[in-house]
Amino acid sequence: MLAIYKKEMRSYFINPIGYVFAGVFFIISALLCCYTTIVSSSYDTSTYFMLMIFAFVILIPLLTMRLFAEERKLRTEQLLMTAPVSITSMVMGKFLAALTLFGSSLLVSCINFIPIYAFASIERGSESYNTTHIGPVTGQVIGCLVGILLIGAAFIAIGTFISALTENQLAAAVITISVILGMVLLSFLNTLIDNYVIRFVIDWFSVLSRFNTFSYGLFDFSALLYYLSLTFVFLFLTVRVYEKRRWG
Amino acid sequence: MIKIEHLVKNYGSNCAVDDISFSVESGEIVGFLGPNGAGKSTTMNILTGYLSGTSGKVSIDGIDILADPLGAKKLIGYLPEQPPLYLDMTVDEYLNFAYDLKGCKLPRAEHLAEVCEVVKITDVRKRVIRNLSKGYKQRVGIAQALVGNPKVIIFDEPTIGLDPKQIIEIRNLIRTLGKGHTVILSTHILQEVQAVCDRIVIINKGKIVADELTENISRAVENNRRFNVKICGPSREVLSAIKSMSGIVYAEALAERDGDAYTYMIESDYGVDVRKKLFYTMAERGWAIIGLEALGMSLEDIFITVVDKSAEDKIRQSKPTRRRSGGKDALEKQVAEAMVQEGAQKRAIADATEIEDEE
Repeated sequence: MLAIYKKEMRSYFINPIGYVFAGVFFIISALLCCYTTIVSSSYDTSTYFMLMIFAFVILIPLLTMRLFAEERKLRTEQLLMTAPVSITSMVMGKFLAALTLFGSSLLVSCINFIPIYAFASIERGSESYNTTHIGPVTGQVIGCLVGILLIGAAFIAIGTFISALTENQLAAAVITISVILGMVLLSFLNTLIDNYVIRFVIDWFSVLSRFNTFSYGLFDFSALLYYLSLTFVFLFLTVRVYEKRRWG
Repeated sequence: MIKIEHLVKNYGSNCAVDDISFSVESGEIVGFLGPNGAGKSTTMNILTGYLSGTSGKVSIDGIDILADPLGAKKLIGYLPEQPPLYLDMTVDEYLNFAYDLKGCKLPRAEHLAEVCEVVKITDVRKRVIRNLSKGYKQRVGIAQALVGNPKVIIFDEPTIGLDPKQIIEIRNLIRTLGKGHTVILSTHILQEVQAVCDRIVIINKGKIVADELTENISRAVENNRRFNVKICGPSREVLSAIKSMSGIVYAEALAERDGDAYTYMIESDYGVDVRKKLFYTMAERGWAIIGLEALGMSLEDIFITVVDKSAEDKIRQSKPTRRRSGGKDALEKQVAEAMVQEGAQKRAIADATEIEDEE
């Protein structure tokens, strides 16, 4: 598993794709952060994180589209499948590599908060009384970061699965974009529906509605479980795709 | 070392491998010969654990590939038909990856240097694979199979797409490898297996049609049966003279004409060399033979010849032949008969159309 992980990490940075991903990630996050907080003179970061989830619709497929599709096209999967490595560890190695790149980009993008905290401390200094909290709520920021990391992991798992289905990278990217977009937009469908039961069901499936609790600064275990099981299910399906192909 | 028992592989209703059984001893070089689409690659993919058979058992050094796939895969180095290369890596990076992937325990630097030395890619180790020539890419693929010093090495059409000099080099390399490893290679070129292998397994339409030592096959193949011969003389009479010779199965005047010489295609009976006799017959009548060209044997001819030859051996020696698995004779005969019949049918159809054309 470690060999495949290392190889994937290296190939992100041999190819332009890793740099493109990190570059676009930083630009989008910086712009969104700037416009949702400093420009609109607000310390509330939840809008920023919400909009970042929409940015993932474009960003995540960049990471995942080539994972399996390229291997299949170049027939290098034959090397992996005939090496003494189980299919599960092959899938996990690739998934973790994508998650690492995603997680570290997310971590680096936290420098966006420095100016906000700086503004807050200046403002706090000029105030003579300390009864109200000025500046972003750190607990809320950390909660959102954890939530967004979990959503990212789930999206990467979906992208990995779709990449395993095709040998065309472009097809993998387009399908991943539409699936993730559909999942994100599901919560907007809710506002159009009057029936409570249907709304409840859609709400249950929606990725965004679960994120809301994180943006209130609450740590919701059911949401954690939801994202983790989404990730697990799609990784499991990826393994099954490869098992199936052996027997096909 | 390798044991395949009653292996079957179906793709839907299409049967790619149909009840194959054979075994390979340690240190043997076995050639897997068959026309395109005979099931060679499928068999190799099953052997290496890339695919799973529909039914049957494959074991490598006593380890069942389905029961303990990782243990069995550790013993195998595999070069698929298309070498599995990451084009954006350098050769060094690629081999290091293969080393890690196989969980190799040998000292890294020395082992990789040794592998590179064996396949002669030491001077391109720092280059990106994408920029290498086809021959070098193939060799990098072979190097990958050798990493970890596996007991069994499997090559799927290793010389395809190479130039003649490279082909000879790769063949020499395989022969060298055979000294320390068990090697299986597949090909559709007879000369290749003759040059390299100790034993030849011929496969057609998913079935094994022959499993013989190379020398036996070579002996069978030496007697070429089909010739193009150029004879000066009146074509009708020459043709009837040829046809009246004993040992001639089939003769035909071709449209080719060179002055007063016509070209005839003749086919002799199995194991009969008619060339000398043909010369004297023609000389008697004063017709000069000005050209004699042996036609290459098709794989189908080889199957028939080999099967025929081994049956002959059996009668002559009146003891069991060297064939590994018994009870296959009936099957082989059946296949051979089917092939002969098929050929006859084709010929009949061709004749019929010719007659129609004339009318």
